[in-house]
Amino acid sequence: MISPAVALLLCWMLVPLGLTLYFSFLRYNLLMPGMEQWTGWTNYYFFLTDPSFWDAIRNTLTLVIGVLIITIIGGVLLALLLDQEMWGRNIVRLLVIAPFFVMPTVSALVWKNMFMNPVNGLFAQLSGLLGLEPFDFFAHAPLSSIIAIVSWQWLPFATLILLTALQSLDREQLEASEMDGAGSINRLLFIVLPHLARAITVVILIQTIFLLSIFAEILVTTNGGPGTATTNLTFLVYAQSLLQFDVGGGSAGGVIAIVLANIVAIFLMRMIGRNLDA
Amino acid sequence: MGLITLKNVSKSFDDVEVIPPLDLEIRDGEFVVFVGPSGCGKSTLLRLIAGLEDITSGRVEIDGVDVTEVPPARRRLAMVFQSYALYPHMSVRKNIAFPLRMAKLDKAEQSRRVESAAHVLNLTEYLDRRPGQLSGGQRQRVAIGRAIVREPEAFLFDEPLSNLDAALRVNMRLEISELHQSLKTTMIYVTHDQVEAMTMADKIVVLQAGVIEQVGSPLELYHNPRNLFVASFIGSPKMNFLRGDEADRHGAHTIGIRPEHIRISANEGEWKGTVGVSEHLGADTFFHVRCEELGATLTVRADGDNPLQYGDSVLLAPELAKLQRFDADGLRIT
Repeated sequence: MISPAVALLLCWMLVPLGLTLYFSFLRYNLLMPGMEQWTGWTNYYFFLTDPSFWDAIRNTLTLVIGVLIITIIGGVLLALLLDQEMWGRNIVRLLVIAPFFVMPTVSALVWKNMFMNPVNGLFAQLSGLLGLEPFDFFAHAPLSSIIAIVSWQWLPFATLILLTALQSLDREQLEASEMDGAGSINRLLFIVLPHLARAITVVILIQTIFLLSIFAEILVTTNGGPGTATTNLTFLVYAQSLLQFDVGGGSAGGVIAIVLANIVAIFLMRMIGRNLDA
Repeated sequence: MGLITLKNVSKSFDDVEVIPPLDLEIRDGEFVVFVGPSGCGKSTLLRLIAGLEDITSGRVEIDGVDVTEVPPARRRLAMVFQSYALYPHMSVRKNIAFPLRMAKLDKAEQSRRVESAAHVLNLTEYLDRRPGQLSGGQRQRVAIGRAIVREPEAFLFDEPLSNLDAALRVNMRLEISELHQSLKTTMIYVTHDQVEAMTMADKIVVLQAGVIEQVGSPLELYHNPRNLFVASFIGSPKMNFLRGDEADRHGAHTIGIRPEHIRISANEGEWKGTVGVSEHLGADTFFHVRCEELGATLTVRADGDNPLQYGDSVLLAPELAKLQRFDADGLRIT
């Protein structure tokens, strides 16, 4: 007998999925209620041939890869730093982890209004002090700005995972390599990074899952703009179904997003998943 | 050459002085064992020589050159760690070649030296395995291989056998001694096991609380211990110690007699006793004999086929010439 919990979970997941699939084959616009009719693959055709679709794919990948690079390099460096004996280490660790506890909308708003605002933001004030023209981040480098914000949020996660991995490194291994003539760079390359490989894999896998669906940061800062400069797949689905009221097209986009996410997942598991085997 | 000299070397962690200033000279080609109970500072002393710990005061010289400020990699010493400290993500070949790779030796010379080290240590067929796929003894040999390819001035061993089981330990002990005979390189070996110290060393350094109690060859320490600590630490089973009237009779505060220097029999001897637990090792039997009038339990060595039973009354005859006398400060009276 199927246990009630499994049955509940199945309903929970299968009903929305089934409805999404069903809607994606309907001409279903919220401005024309009661006019739904079967249209076959039309929604998919329009979604895939929409020029903003390819923009969205490119933006999604740029966002994911950019944030991964920054958080992993930054995370390794921060973890190495935090592993050192220093005064007030516990407080510093707490501060480093803090951004992870701030909810995405709040942190994006803080960055938008207090740091990157071209008039009142801290960066504008600083460049004013130096006599420079303030830089309007969201107008001239919108995607990079969002990458910066998201990286700031995810850096603590990477740091935390990598720090715990670093602490499990056998000190005698480091001392042995020191006796063997490895300088600090070689110790990092030959001993520390190979030891961290598994932790880095975990960080890449987990972060990719979450970064593919970044939404709040885009919504509260650029609203996907200017143009489609910061529209990723998640945001495109949102725009399609709730800004253009085209539920059918949005559902088709959602199904496409599921397929793409699975393709990415398969690639990731193929490429780096073997790192997880002991 | 591998002449290592410690001059007035001391080490403190914060306010705690773990090694008061000491002098020590290790001659080229010697097999020196640092032995002492846990926490006596023997590993710290080794790490000071290796350069893994900073010296608080004094100086370390290798071949007459002051290396106190020289980083570990440039002291031309190789170390074998208790945990072996192999690099788990590298094959055995790469592990052994690692110091050569760091020294930027050319590839052909690297593989030549790795092959010859592997040959000496019987590792040839395991060269392409990872350390995780090896047994404890093989890992130990890889760690030694990684040390010998560098052709160092001296080898430092930090309790290398304590993670092995008893049978393997005896084997590895022989292999390391054999290695020392063939390489003729200075070796410094740290252990808490006095049997290892006695069997392997040319020279034993007995340490207690960071202080060198005595330096000498195994037999010197066995026959002429300088004080009570050395007398009780060296020798297995431990030396018997007696105080009170019996010691006074020999003009000492404490007298010591080794188990092998007491004869046990039913009818002749000067100390009366009752046989307690006996340990049969085959070749020897050790009796724990309770002597009421001495107020002590003595360990006595006898032949393996001695038929005495638990509870038998016996007489003990010490060889008075082998008796060792100690004064109130624990120093031996000669």
